Amino acid sequence: MSTMPPAAEAHPTRSALPAWAALIPVVLLLVVAGFFAFGLTQDPKAMPSTMIDRPMPEFDLARLTPDRDALTNADLIGKVSLVNVFGSWCSSCVLEHPQLTEIGKSGTVALYGVDWRDPPSDGAAWLNRYGDPYHKTGVDSDSRLAINLGVTGAPETFVIDRGGRIRFKQVGPITPEVWSTTLLPLIRKLEAEAA
Amino acid sequence: MRLLLITLALTLAVTSPALAQAARRTFDPQVEAVARDVGKSLRCVVCQNQSIEESNAPLAADMRTLVRERIAAGQTRDQVIAYMTDRYGNFVLMQPPFQADTLLLWLAPLALMIGGVWAWLAYLRPAGRRNLAPAPLTPDEDAALARLDSGRPA
Amino acid sequence: MISELGLFALSLALMTSLVQTTAPLWGAATGRARLMNVGASAAVTQLALIAFAFACLVWGFVTSDFSLRVVASNSYTLMPMFYKIAAAWGQHEGSMLLWALVLAGYGAAVAIFGNNLPATLKARALGVQGLIGAAFLAFIIFTSNPFARLSEAPLEGGGFNPLLQDPGLVAHPPMLYLGYVGFSIAFSFSVAALIEGKVDAAWARWVRPWVLTAWCFLTIGIALGSMWAYYELGWGGWWFWDPVENASFMPWLIGTALLHCTLVVERRHALVNWTLLLSILTFTLSLIGTFLVRSGVLTSVHAFAVDPARGIFILAMVLGASGGALTLYAFRARQLQQPPSFAPASREGAILANNFLLLIATAIVFLGTFYPLVIDALTGDKISVGPPYFNVTFGPIMLCVVLVMAFGPMMRWRNDSVKPVGKSLRLPMLAGVGVGAAFGIFGQSLPGGLGMGFGVFLCASMIRWMQVRLRAGQVTPRQSLFLAHAFPRSTWGFVTAHMGFAIAVFGVTAMSVWQTESFASMRQGDVATLGDQTFRLEQVQLVKGPNYDAQRLTFSVLRNGAADGELVTERRYFPERDTMTTEAGIRGGLFANLHLTTGEDDGSGAFAVRITNHPLAMWIWSGAMIMAIGGFISLSDRRFRVGAPHRVSVGAAAPAGA
Repeated sequence: MSTMPPAAEAHPTRSALPAWAALIPVVLLLVVAGFFAFGLTQDPKAMPSTMIDRPMPEFDLARLTPDRDALTNADLIGKVSLVNVFGSWCSSCVLEHPQLTEIGKSGTVALYGVDWRDPPSDGAAWLNRYGDPYHKTGVDSDSRLAINLGVTGAPETFVIDRGGRIRFKQVGPITPEVWSTTLLPLIRKLEAEAA
Repeated sequence: MRLLLITLALTLAVTSPALAQAARRTFDPQVEAVARDVGKSLRCVVCQNQSIEESNAPLAADMRTLVRERIAAGQTRDQVIAYMTDRYGNFVLMQPPFQADTLLLWLAPLALMIGGVWAWLAYLRPAGRRNLAPAPLTPDEDAALARLDSGRPA
Repeated sequence: MISELGLFALSLALMTSLVQTTAPLWGAATGRARLMNVGASAAVTQLALIAFAFACLVWGFVTSDFSLRVVASNSYTLMPMFYKIAAAWGQHEGSMLLWALVLAGYGAAVAIFGNNLPATLKARALGVQGLIGAAFLAFIIFTSNPFARLSEAPLEGGGFNPLLQDPGLVAHPPMLYLGYVGFSIAFSFSVAALIEGKVDAAWARWVRPWVLTAWCFLTIGIALGSMWAYYELGWGGWWFWDPVENASFMPWLIGTALLHCTLVVERRHALVNWTLLLSILTFTLSLIGTFLVRSGVLTSVHAFAVDPARGIFILAMVLGASGGALTLYAFRARQLQQPPSFAPASREGAILANNFLLLIATAIVFLGTFYPLVIDALTGDKISVGPPYFNVTFGPIMLCVVLVMAFGPMMRWRNDSVKPVGKSLRLPMLAGVGVGAAFGIFGQSLPGGLGMGFGVFLCASMIRWMQVRLRAGQVTPRQSLFLAHAFPRSTWGFVTAHMGFAIAVFGVTAMSVWQTESFASMRQGDVATLGDQTFRLEQVQLVKGPNYDAQRLTFSVLRNGAADGELVTERRYFPERDTMTTEAGIRGGLFANLHLTTGEDDGSGAFAVRITNHPLAMWIWSGAMIMAIGGFISLSDRRFRVGAPHRVSVGAAAPAGA
C-alpha cells in the first residue's frame, strides 16, 4: 500500500542537475535541424569523383562496328578531349544528344564515346537513329572501363587534358547551360595549358 | 506471340553481354565465399542502399563479376576492397573507415555507455546515501502508538 | 466531383482543427467550460471530415479516375482491386492523408473516451492535438494535394511499383501509422501537463494505455515490414539498417522506454520528468521519420518522390512542435521534478537503467543514420554507414537490456539490493552460461553463444519470476494456481511481452550467425544439395500473372532421400513498369526456413541458383508479434478503464503488487 505524494505543483526541489541542463534537448534539436536544413540543399546520391587529376585508366575497348576504329588510350594524348559514357538503354542520353551533336560539329574539342553495357548492334543502331557525334567510339560491355572511371550511371562525361589526365567529371546530361558555364571555360583553360 | 515477345524481353533483360560471363563463372565455393563476403561489404553505387551482392542493378552484377575474377586471380579481400575504394571513394564501403572524421561515430557508443552508467549512478547515489528508511514518527503518532500498545483505544 | 468534395472536406477539416486548437486552449486558460468542450466536438468533426476525404481518394482509385494525378501515376486499369485500394496510401500524398486520418482518429478517441479526465487537461491535450493536425492538413492542402487534377487525363495509368503490389503493403503502413502517429497522444498529454504545471496519478493512468496502444501497433508495423522485405526482396534479408527502417525503429526504442516510465509514474510517482521528455522525444522521432522519408535528405529504398520544398515544410513542423514542446519542458520541468526517491538497486532503478540503455541505443542508431549528412556538412567527405556498424554497436547494448530485463522484475520497489536477487537468479544464470557456451563452442561463434545464452537467461529468469510470485514450493500447487488467477492482466501482458522479446532474441541471433547456403549453376534435371536436403530443378516454365509475366522454376525437395515437397521461385517481369522482381521460393519452418532464389540465366538454359537455410527465422517475427500480443493483453486490463486510483482505507488488505 503506498500513499501518493500530493500532485507535484510548483514544488521546487533540489535536483541532481544544473538548471541549464533542461535546455540541452532543445539545443540538440536545433543542431540536428541545422544539419537537416543543410541536407536539404545537398543531393545525397551525388558522389564526388576520386579520379580527378589522375591519368585516364588503360583500357581495351572493342569496336562499335567493323568499319569503325576503336577508341584507344593514344587518342586521348596531345589534345583536350571529352569522353562521354552512354548507352542505348539510357533515356537521359537522348536528352543530351543534340548538345553533343553541336559539340561534335563545332570541333571545339575532340569528342569520344564509350558505349556502356550495350550489345554493339544496339549501340550502333542508336547512333544511326540519333546521329553519331563522336570522332571515335568504343564498346565497354563488361563495365571494366566504367568501374575504373568510377562511373555510377549514364550519361557521364569526362574532360581529359592534353596529358591524358582526367580533370573533370560531369554527372548527368550535358545541357547547353552546363556546356557554356562549366565545360567550355574549362576546355579553354586546359587548352592554354602546356601538355 | 505475346508470350514469345515477353520471353525475349525477359531473356534480353536478364542476359546482357556482361551476364553472359555468368556462364564463364566457375562456382568454386572457396572463391564464392570470399567474394560474397567482399560483395556484402561493398555498397551498390546505383541503388545505394544495398550491397552489390543484393542489388539487381546491372552495374552491381558487373562489379560482382569483377570481384570474383580478382579473388580467383589470387587477390586478397583487402586488395579488392582497396581497388574499389580507389575508384569510388569511401562511400562504397558499408562499414565506415576508422579515420579522423569518423572517430566520433566509432567512439560514441562506448562513450555513451560509460557516460550513461555514470549518469545513472550520479543521479541515484544521493538517494542511495540518503536514508530511505521511513521518516521518524511525529509526537502525535508516537502517542497514538503508545496508546495502541497499551490496549487502550487510539 | 467526388474529389472536389474531398478537397473541400479537407479545407473544412483544416478550419476545424484550427478551432480545435484555439478554443479549448483559450477556454482552459480562462476557465470557460463551454470553450473547453468545443475541443471534443471539433476533434470528432475533424475525424469525420478527414475520413470522408480519405474515402473520396479511395473512390478515385477504385474507379480508376486518371484525371487525378496520384491515380494516374500510381495505378492502372488492370491492377487488382485489392491493390488499387492500397495504392491510395502507396504514394506520398495519399499516405500523408492517412497520417492525418490516424492523427484525427486518435484525437477523436480521446474526445470520446476521455470523460473521466479533468476538463482542463482534456481541453489542452485536444488543443495540442488540434495544432498538430492543423499543421499536417496545411501541409497536405498546400504542398501535397492528393486531389490535384491533371489538365489532360490519360487513358491509362502509369502503373504501380510491382514491389508494392503485395498484401504486405496493405497492412504495413496503416500499422506503422497507428503506431508512431499514436505517440502524438502522449506528446499532446505531456505538453498539456507542462502547460498545466501538474503531473499526477490520473495523468499517468490516462497516458499509459495510449502509449501502450501506439507501441503495440508500431511493433506489429515494424515486424510486418521486416517480414515483407524478407519474402519480397529476394535475398533473404530481414533488416538492413536502412534510414527509413531506422526512422521507424527509433520511436519504437524510445516508446518502449516511455512505456516503462509510465508504469513507474503511475505506481511510484517517480520519473515524471523522464516521462514528459520521452513522450516529446518519441513523437519528435516520428516527425523526423516523416521528414526523412519525404525530403530526400538521405537515400533509401523507401523514399517517396522527394521534394526539398516539402522537406522544408516538415522541418518547420518538427522545429515548431518539438522545439516548442522542448522549450516548454526546459522552463516548466523543474517545477514538476521529484528528487529520485529510490536507490540504484530497485525496480525503478532498473527501469531507469533501461531508459538509459534504450536512449543510448537510439542515439547510436540516430548517429549512424545521420552521420553521412554530418560529415558531408562539416568536411564535404562522402562516407556511408551500413549494417556492419550497427550490428557491432547495437548488439552489445541489447545484451545489457536483457540483463536489466532479467533483474528488474525481481527487484522490489524503492530499495533492494542486487546480491539476493543475483542469488535468486543463480539457476537461470547457470542455464544461460551453459547454453551459451554450448552454442558458442559447437556453433563456433562468440556472438552466437552470447545471444543464445542471454536469451536463455532471460527466459529462465521469467520462469524464476513466476516461481517466486506463485510461491511455488512454499505453498500448495492449488494455492499457486489461485495466486496466478489473481494476477492482473497487465502482469500476464508483461510475462508475454518479455517472453516474446526473448524469442525474438533467439531468432535474431540464429539468423545473423548460422545461415548456411549453397550455390549451383543448374539446368533442368540438375541437382543441388544443402545440408541433408537435395534440390532438383524439375521444371522451367513461362507463367502469366494478372499484370506480369514470369519465368517459374519448380524444384523438388528431398530430405535424406525421402520426398519433401516442392519449392517454386519466379522472376517476374512487369511490362507497364519495365521492371523485374524476384519471388523467392520460401518454405517456412519452426526451426528453419528454406530460401531459394534463382539469378541470371546465362543464356544457355543454366540458372544461377542460391539455396539458403535460415535458422529460427520465424522466431524473429513471431517474437515481435508475441510482444505486441502481450501489449494488447496489458491493454485489456480493467484498471485502464477505471479512473485514477483512490486511496485505500486503513485496515484493508494490500493487493499483491505485481
